[in-house]
Amino acid sequence: MDIALLKAVNDARRARRAVVVVTDLGDGGSRLILQNQEVGGELGEAVSKAFRTGNSTTVEAAGRHLFLNIHLPQPRLVVIGAVHISQALAPMARIAGFQVEIIDPRTAFASADRFPDVKLYPDWPETILSERPLDAYSALVAVTHDPKIDDFALKAALEAGCFYVGALGSRKTHAARVERLLALGARPDDIGRIAAPIGLDIGAASPAEIAVAILAQIVRALRLRSSGDRRAKGEAA
Amino acid sequence: MENQANLDDVRDPLIIAETWKQEGRNVAVATVVETWGSAPRPVGSHLVIDADGNFHGSVSGGCVEGAVVTEAIDVIDNGMAKMLEFGVADETAWRVGLSCGGRIRVYVERLN
Repeated sequence: MDIALLKAVNDARRARRAVVVVTDLGDGGSRLILQNQEVGGELGEAVSKAFRTGNSTTVEAAGRHLFLNIHLPQPRLVVIGAVHISQALAPMARIAGFQVEIIDPRTAFASADRFPDVKLYPDWPETILSERPLDAYSALVAVTHDPKIDDFALKAALEAGCFYVGALGSRKTHAARVERLLALGARPDDIGRIAAPIGLDIGAASPAEIAVAILAQIVRALRLRSSGDRRAKGEAA
Repeated sequence: MENQANLDDVRDPLIIAETWKQEGRNVAVATVVETWGSAPRPVGSHLVIDADGNFHGSVSGGCVEGAVVTEAIDVIDNGMAKMLEFGVADETAWRVGLSCGGRIRVYVERLN
């Protein structure tokens, strides 16, 4: 591998673009393939599959033994609400490999003092999400309990195809939320993707335990999505 | 922190490899290309190594990294990529094998 190729791979990863590195295990040559780039033949099929499943693999194509290493964008976690749960969730999610961002227009909550070492946006989700759009490699967690902060972000997350969308609140709270999202024009099928009440059912009681339940549910959604496994949505808690 | 890179520059092996190379170090990249049975790190995982034996990342749960580092220093010296295979079936299993019982193949190449 040469440094120019490695730099291109890292640049793509920083820009949140999916890429495959194809290495010829016979002669050591390697090349970069971008998502949606036209590649024909057996290699093309294997490359599309790698982008679809996120699984790296070896493949025989045109008499060559090739290794396809898929680099999907780093999963991003956007938390709406700089609340107590978020104070625990942010460092845990960072350790688990997520790029974490917290958005909350209430500056008393969204203070650097309460959230050291986290990207913190003391502004409305409407503003921040238009500058930093959500994508399929993003998870959105809405935990403010305040419809005027949470609802826009939830709808944006469903439209962007976020791999995980979760919202804090009881079943009753969620039923009211569903009505509001329908009124905003969200599709019923999409609304059904929202994990609510949020988190795996592990009997979490404290804010930190709820953060564990949420993070576990996010990881499950991330890792089981390509399998089409119905468990991907998880058991809501 | 607005313009901070998205990736974890402290732990991401490919970012570290790029940084090391730019600093003028000689670097090898080791990649898990196949696994059988129970393997601790998935296909595509990287370990990056410099000529002094410093390394970042992992290709197993710490079972075979030492052996990969040794081989990587050879690869850095002579520039020839190598395929390594580790598993409990190896004669050296008791030394550098995988206690989990799986097998892995690791491709080691020099960063040029």
